[in-house]
Amino acid sequence: MIALLRRDLILAIRAGGGFGLGLAFFLILCVLVPFGVGPAPATLAKIAPGILWVGALLACLLSLDRIFQLDAEDGTLDLLATSPLPLEGITSVKALAHWLTTGLPLTLAAAPLGLLLNLPPQATPWLVAGLALGTPALSVIGTFGAALTVGLKRGGLLISLLVLPLYMPTLLFGAEAARRGAEGLNATTPLLLMAGITAGTIALMPFASAAALRMNLR
Amino acid sequence: MSIWKYANPAQFMRTTRWLLPWLTALAVLSVGTGLIWGFFFTPDDFRQGSTVKIIYLHVPSALMAINAWLMMLVTSLVWLIRRHHVSALLARAAAPVGLVMTLIALITGGIWGEPMWGTYWAWDPRLTSFLILFLFYLGYIALWQAVETQDTAADLTSVLCLVGSVFALLSRYAVNFWNQGLHQGTSVPVATGGRTVADVFFYPLAISMLGFGLMFIVLVLLRTRTEIRARRLQALLARERAAS
Amino acid sequence: MDYTADHLACARGDRMVIAELSFHLAPGRALILRGPNGSGKTTLLRCLAGLTPPMAGRTSFAPEEVAYAAHADGLKAQMSVEETLHFWAQVFGASQIAPAITGFDLGPLMSRRVHTLSAGQKRRLSLSRLVLTGRRLWALDEPTVSLDSRAVAQFAAAVTAHLAGGGAAIIATHIDLGLTGADQLDIAPFRASAQTDTDPFLDEALQ
Repeated sequence: MIALLRRDLILAIRAGGGFGLGLAFFLILCVLVPFGVGPAPATLAKIAPGILWVGALLACLLSLDRIFQLDAEDGTLDLLATSPLPLEGITSVKALAHWLTTGLPLTLAAAPLGLLLNLPPQATPWLVAGLALGTPALSVIGTFGAALTVGLKRGGLLISLLVLPLYMPTLLFGAEAARRGAEGLNATTPLLLMAGITAGTIALMPFASAAALRMNLR
Repeated sequence: MSIWKYANPAQFMRTTRWLLPWLTALAVLSVGTGLIWGFFFTPDDFRQGSTVKIIYLHVPSALMAINAWLMMLVTSLVWLIRRHHVSALLARAAAPVGLVMTLIALITGGIWGEPMWGTYWAWDPRLTSFLILFLFYLGYIALWQAVETQDTAADLTSVLCLVGSVFALLSRYAVNFWNQGLHQGTSVPVATGGRTVADVFFYPLAISMLGFGLMFIVLVLLRTRTEIRARRLQALLARERAAS
Repeated sequence: MDYTADHLACARGDRMVIAELSFHLAPGRALILRGPNGSGKTTLLRCLAGLTPPMAGRTSFAPEEVAYAAHADGLKAQMSVEETLHFWAQVFGASQIAPAITGFDLGPLMSRRVHTLSAGQKRRLSLSRLVLTGRRLWALDEPTVSLDSRAVAQFAAAVTAHLAGGGAAIIATHIDLGLTGADQLDIAPFRASAQTDTDPFLDEALQ
């Protein structure tokens, strides 16, 4: 398992596009929004929590189809499936690798990009805490979407369609927490609810992903 | 004799062939009665005027939108556990009908909402959950169409349906947290057995709901028959290819 | 313990491809699968490796006893040969990679990245993984594709060593590997037919 994680991280670094792609997209989005809505600081401050969350979510979505697709194309996935590693473990490790290469950098980049969008300073801790707690769920759910579409040639767009409605609760609570933080309120409740969703998905989704993977390998 | 007998495609085709005309007649009759009674023979509401009459479309379609998903959930489970092909095809057949029902509920809701709330759309919990349900239907149908191997498609969509149901429920309560609604309470609370609409409105509404239910069954059976024929054609073509 | 399969039926996608196939394989022997393209060799091997559950019949061995080598090499261009071997050794719980290196003459290639290897070298690296699995029964799908005659001989020697150690192998191949103790199995007669295929949508009552 650790070997698989290490391999996935090595590949993400060496292949390029692993770490950088989602992050670059996140940056581009945060630069484009002020051009779209105008530079007024008050407007930006109001929409910043939502933009940062939606941006993080879309950036996450961008790299989902790579989770299994590359391994499926070169035959590695078949070999892993016949190895002693349980598929549930493989899907968990894949989700973890995706989070380390996408969710974690996004969480770290959110604070500086918040400055760009004039995010109220009191909201920053809530935003970062929310992303830290919420992005693992995005990766785990995304892995499920990737497992569903692994055999398909043009799975990328389909993943977005399948996964977006599943992202709704996480996005809703995460953005709500950041928004309450921006208003100077205590946002513990939405954060806890989101942490609950994250814990639940981490516990259960690998089984659904493994089941989908097994069906696709057949 | 067990209920699983009907999971055999041939038995299903035989049974539905004589069942369908009767069901169709009943569905047309009750939808027609419900709508005509509701539209022309009920008084206008003292506050909402004749706008209220859209309820005879809105409530039954909303009900069926949710019921269709529940039916897909059950048939998906049956497919995963017992691998009855008809069950998987029933789920597949129900999805587009459910999608259209959701769309009707959303559109009639918008038309009703404009004079009442002054807006076609609001991010109200109920409206939002219906929009999410609409997205779930879209994803489900898209996955069915994208996967070429039919049994695999049935497997994958079943898993998606199970996982989606959990998340749909989650979203339903999550949106409550996010925005308090404009939408009125349910018109026919089944759980409490009471109702919040007067009898004059309720009877045509009940008939309309029954009619929509029957119409849903008719459409699903028809579509399932089509799906079975399509699968049969596919199997025959594959056999022919194999023989040559 | 012998490896046997009883009235096995295997499917690819929705279609049953192989039906009523039985074989018997003693340790130390190899079974060569013959048959034209599309006759179901890959389907059978995937079924034996546990990737697709059999539709009917049974085998005396579990998929966990089978080391599977597919058409595709399953290699990552960005990793070095050494990293690749270490990775698979860890996945299969092998303590050392030396047997794989010597068996397939990978010594001179160890520090090279996989994308700098030739097709034949990649194939050798891919096959060397079999040694690392520590499994007794090898299921090989066209293992000699893109190997030159010297590499084929090398591969045949590796298989012979595996057999001599009490292992067994099921190999789908078109060329003669010159293995001693190999049985031939022509799988064309086991092609699923209208009689054996139980597609529920081809029920006579539908007609």
